[in-house]
Amino acid sequence: MEPVTVYSQYAWLIPVFPLVSFIVLTAFGRGMRSAGMLIGMLGSLAALVLSVLVLLERMTNGDSPEYNYSFDWITIGDFQLNAGYDVTNLSALMLFVVSVVAFLVNLYSAGYLKEDERITVFFGYVALFTFSMLGLVLSDNLLTLYMFWELVGVCSFLLVGFWYTKPEARAAAKKAFIVTRVGDVGLLIAVLLLFWYMPEHDLSFAAIENVFGQTGTIAQGITTLIAILIFVGAAGKSGQFPLHVWLPDAMEGPTPISALIHAATMVAAGVFLVARTYSIFEASQAAMDTVAYVGAFTALFAATIGLVQNDIKRILAYSTVSQLGYMMLALGVGSLSGGIFHLFTHAFFKALLFLGAGSVIHAVHTQNIHEMGGLGRQMKITAWTFGIGALALTGIPPFSGFWSKDAILAVALDKNPFLFAVGILTAFFTALYMARLYFLVFAGKSGAAGKAHESPAVMTIPLVVLAAFAALSGFVELPWAGMGRLGAWLTGEEAAHSGSGLVLVVSTAIGLLGIYLGWLIYVKGAIPRDFISSRAPWLVRLLERKYYIDELYHAVFTVGLRASGRALDAFDTYIVGGAVRLISGAAVWAGRAGTRMQNGQVQTYGLWTVIGLLALILAIAGRRFW
Amino acid sequence: MLPSYLTMAAILFCIGLYGALTKRNAVIVLISVELMLNAVNLNLVAFSKYGVVPSLTGQIFSLFTISVAAAEVAVGIAILIALFRARGTINVDEYDEMRR
Repeated sequence: MEPVTVYSQYAWLIPVFPLVSFIVLTAFGRGMRSAGMLIGMLGSLAALVLSVLVLLERMTNGDSPEYNYSFDWITIGDFQLNAGYDVTNLSALMLFVVSVVAFLVNLYSAGYLKEDERITVFFGYVALFTFSMLGLVLSDNLLTLYMFWELVGVCSFLLVGFWYTKPEARAAAKKAFIVTRVGDVGLLIAVLLLFWYMPEHDLSFAAIENVFGQTGTIAQGITTLIAILIFVGAAGKSGQFPLHVWLPDAMEGPTPISALIHAATMVAAGVFLVARTYSIFEASQAAMDTVAYVGAFTALFAATIGLVQNDIKRILAYSTVSQLGYMMLALGVGSLSGGIFHLFTHAFFKALLFLGAGSVIHAVHTQNIHEMGGLGRQMKITAWTFGIGALALTGIPPFSGFWSKDAILAVALDKNPFLFAVGILTAFFTALYMARLYFLVFAGKSGAAGKAHESPAVMTIPLVVLAAFAALSGFVELPWAGMGRLGAWLTGEEAAHSGSGLVLVVSTAIGLLGIYLGWLIYVKGAIPRDFISSRAPWLVRLLERKYYIDELYHAVFTVGLRASGRALDAFDTYIVGGAVRLISGAAVWAGRAGTRMQNGQVQTYGLWTVIGLLALILAIAGRRFW
Repeated sequence: MLPSYLTMAAILFCIGLYGALTKRNAVIVLISVELMLNAVNLNLVAFSKYGVVPSLTGQIFSLFTISVAAAEVAVGIAILIALFRARGTINVDEYDEMRR
């Protein structure tokens, strides 16, 4: 049967739409306001429509071969570098996720940033980001993926530092860029190694899958090395320990950006990268274990920090780090479909939570959850949608997060009970910090922030749409035989469902237990809030300071680098600059001496002429004696 | 004989040069320039008599030089008088318009 590729052929247009909006906004955006917003929204809407068409096409022809188009990009002698795009089921799904969230965030920003002077610049950056992210998803080889990978990093930098008059925002933007660069170096080395070892230097994903799919073509050690290096890059982007430190700080950016880049799309790029090059990981058990353990550790680690933070966006940021850890855990225990499934649901409910948090911040102008309270009565839509998002994140049936988390935990239990235990513990902490957040913000008495009002419709509509996704998107894959449609569609085979009945019950019970405990502490007051901090203040202190990771990095890396920077600066100032100053000083001195000769006295000129003549005579006469 | 004439001319030239470069009075500077000119004349005459190819050309040349120098001194003195009238001084180190 001839595969139907009507829309897939035009998939390259999907990133082009936002690119056009970016160019138009950058070139002519000055002075525009509502027109600029409209251009940004139209670009992302066009991308969304085409993405939906492509997704529908892939869904109806799930097992048809993937569509690939590539052309000769660079030819050097016999060597040829191809570039192109791939429409696979995975990339179609990612296209859909990215363009949905991007469009809703565009819509939301029109309300959230209405008063901002540089709103067209903002929409331009968002359009550029959307372009890069869609391009990253569509890339059919590692090299173009790497280019888009860096582009999304740049956009993240620009948008985190969007309010660049705030010193914290500037510092956060720099930190986000530098820390992710550390990971990117790993990815770059992996790309170079692959280029070296791949037959015919072919970097396309199809070739990688072919080569690593069969054992023995590439040595085991190299395979592990490449996989680990790719994972380093993925860890940088996806905020995995120990490169997670930038993500919470990136919350200095505007909240819609936190929702788009730092919750739903860019941070998921790391997970996407691992999934895209999954054959390399599958070829190396050591790399798989690394991914699984780092993911599990990050999940638990970030969740514990989330328990004690006071900034609403930081709690969500640590939650994002934790959930990304879950996705890595899933990939590491061999469940590609579980990881992608969680990515899919997480994108919706976490974007929803961030946009809800933005709505709250918009209303009360503070980010400290202790200054809020009682907002549930004043902001009904925000409270309801946020509640759905929180339940989805906590993993309470029938919301989406429950199904995806369950898919991960079921595989973890099957493969490695220890990782399963870590996952369950993380789920408990997740429930606890979300309960704390929700009850402190929306329940109880009105806080110090005072009266609030519901956000305008342009902000609540995205919330409602995302809430619908957060509630329902879990039903694409259910843990019963014959119902694992997403997994079957993505990987060609349905995930195993061993022991998932137990997991369903345990994870629900753990989630409910966490919420109940949160309710006891923060609503009923049955357990005093300082129950732990009065007994073990060092523990709370440790969590509040985020395990002193930032301080550790400061002591180990920043201080040393700064010292060597100073030394190099001194070398530059005194040695290099000194030489330059010496030369210029000599020229200036010669000039001064020259002007002293020009004193207007004829007799002095005469004297110099005589001296010159004598020198000439000496030179000519002296030649005899050489 | 030639070396003594040439030595004499060189001494004369050096005295003239010294005067031209050091004296402040413009008249003395002018006279010193004449001294240097005459040292050259002496050379011309000496070479026309004792040179490798003796001829009258050197002596005729020196006669021309003397007459041109006379005219030149007349013009020089005239300029000096004009300068003195304009500036009220004949000190050469006060004639420093070139610097401005």
